[in-house]
Amino acid sequence: MGVEIQVEHLSKSFGKQLIWGDVSLTVPAGEICVMLGPSGTGKSVFLKTLIGLLKPDQGSIVIEGTDIATCSEKDLYEIRKLFGVLFQDGAMFGSMNLYDNVAFPLREHTKKSESQIRDIVMEKMDLVGLVGAEDKLPGEISGGMRKRAGLARALVLDPEIVLFDEPDSGLDPVRTAFLNQLIVDLNAQIDATFLIVTHDINTARTVPDNIGLLYHRHLAMFGPREMLLSSEEPVVRQFLNAQKVGPIGMSEEKDADELEAEKDQELPPLPPIPLQLEPSNGIPRRSQRPPGDWCRANGVTPPPGSFDENMSMATGG
Amino acid sequence: MSSLTASRVLAPVGTAGKFFAFGLDVMRALFKRPFQMREFIQQAWFIASVTIVPTALVAIPFGAVIALQVGGLIKQFGAQSFTGSASVLAVVQQAAPIGTALLIAGAGGSAIAADLGARKIREELDAMMVLGIDPIQRLVVPRVLAAMLVAVFLNGMVSVVGVAGGYFFNVVLQDGTPGAYLASFTALSQLPDLWQGMAKALVFGLIAAVVACYKGMNAAGGPKGVGDAVNESVVVTFILLFIVNFVMSAIYIQLVPPKTG
Repeated sequence: MGVEIQVEHLSKSFGKQLIWGDVSLTVPAGEICVMLGPSGTGKSVFLKTLIGLLKPDQGSIVIEGTDIATCSEKDLYEIRKLFGVLFQDGAMFGSMNLYDNVAFPLREHTKKSESQIRDIVMEKMDLVGLVGAEDKLPGEISGGMRKRAGLARALVLDPEIVLFDEPDSGLDPVRTAFLNQLIVDLNAQIDATFLIVTHDINTARTVPDNIGLLYHRHLAMFGPREMLLSSEEPVVRQFLNAQKVGPIGMSEEKDADELEAEKDQELPPLPPIPLQLEPSNGIPRRSQRPPGDWCRANGVTPPPGSFDENMSMATGG
Repeated sequence: MSSLTASRVLAPVGTAGKFFAFGLDVMRALFKRPFQMREFIQQAWFIASVTIVPTALVAIPFGAVIALQVGGLIKQFGAQSFTGSASVLAVVQQAAPIGTALLIAGAGGSAIAADLGARKIREELDAMMVLGIDPIQRLVVPRVLAAMLVAVFLNGMVSVVGVAGGYFFNVVLQDGTPGAYLASFTALSQLPDLWQGMAKALVFGLIAAVVACYKGMNAAGGPKGVGDAVNESVVVTFILLFIVNFVMSAIYIQLVPPKTG
């Protein structure tokens, strides 16, 4: 289960403005990846390019031997059946209640009977904790509920790849924690490939197997979680630890004067690497690696206090 | 600088090209199975329900104005016996398709553009594409066919109501004789006039729905974008319909010789 996504030399610009260029990465099958980046670096554009809603200017995206960037419209609609996508606001169909929304893909793509559809829909609604709200219209529920309903709809066709567009935006910390746990549990359960686009560092530090960072119109780094969390690379270090000192400024990158001014400032030490979230039923995910595995294999000393059971979740300042 | 000017000058050409490409996509999706029967019936019912009453209310004064104008003119020529024929000709050939066009574009088209525009900015259309469903086949084709069907029916209704209104004004208010009005119906008008009116209505329904869907599906920039899309779709449709009406009338007059009483 799970499908690999190979992205090579991908570039996208709107008019003359380059969004990002020469992005190459492989999202491994069955693993959870997080794509990070400061606001406005084209994370959502990247996601939309992956599902073929936007055509890249250059490069290829290969999924199961099909290049999404160049394939025909017909192949694209076929390939998209492998995907489940959670949109930022859930993107529920406003004219249908939640039940019909979740049942919609089943009714369109399968020949299942209404009672079979009912079983599947109720199972997914139960999974996201929305039982009892089936008759509500999307306009009548909160943003968090819309998001969870969107997740139920994304999962209903048993996708091989699930994409999340900022699952934590507009959610309170408790709900975000629950959602993160849900993502990890789901991955353990369905073994699909997960790609999460976010700028919530807490999610990025604890949920994924791999992290990517989009910055300044290119992919700054992509690799295992521990590699990025122990990285001394200024951009990665600044972003993953939410610091003001570093190359990222308020509007975009800082200019030479600003960098000069903070040249002598002492960088705070790297905070310890937290443990990865584990599935709540205790059965490990297939792609899960023991804590500190990457660090040991590559001879990197993790920051002191890493992988401590009782470590606080707070990110260092 | 020159390239900037060129791109600005050529922008409308690009828009027209995109619109035609969209039209071709719709044509292609027309023959894709499964046909969305449910959506088609819902949309036909919806478009009919928002257009029938206003169309009837527009058709009565339309018929009356024509009857008054034509009746007055014809009296001056001393050819009162042809009043019925003249007003049938005017109503069936011009007033009915134009009245239909105004209502299909103004009431039906604006509703379609608003609906699709709202879906577009809420990412519903993206979600639909991601679920492997082509919105053109699922949403646009049923709307276009529904608008065409309803346009033809509305055209028939405007014809009937307009001619009846004309009869009322001519006979009751202008002291014409019922016999002369009815007897002269076929003096100048002929069956192809009716076909032509229906063909016009069919084409107007098509244009109104395709423009509304195109504008709605390309709405951008939040709620204001939806408002702009609705506004543009109505204006563009009106302009297109009047041009197309002129072209179709001209071709018809060339192709079908007028009947000589």
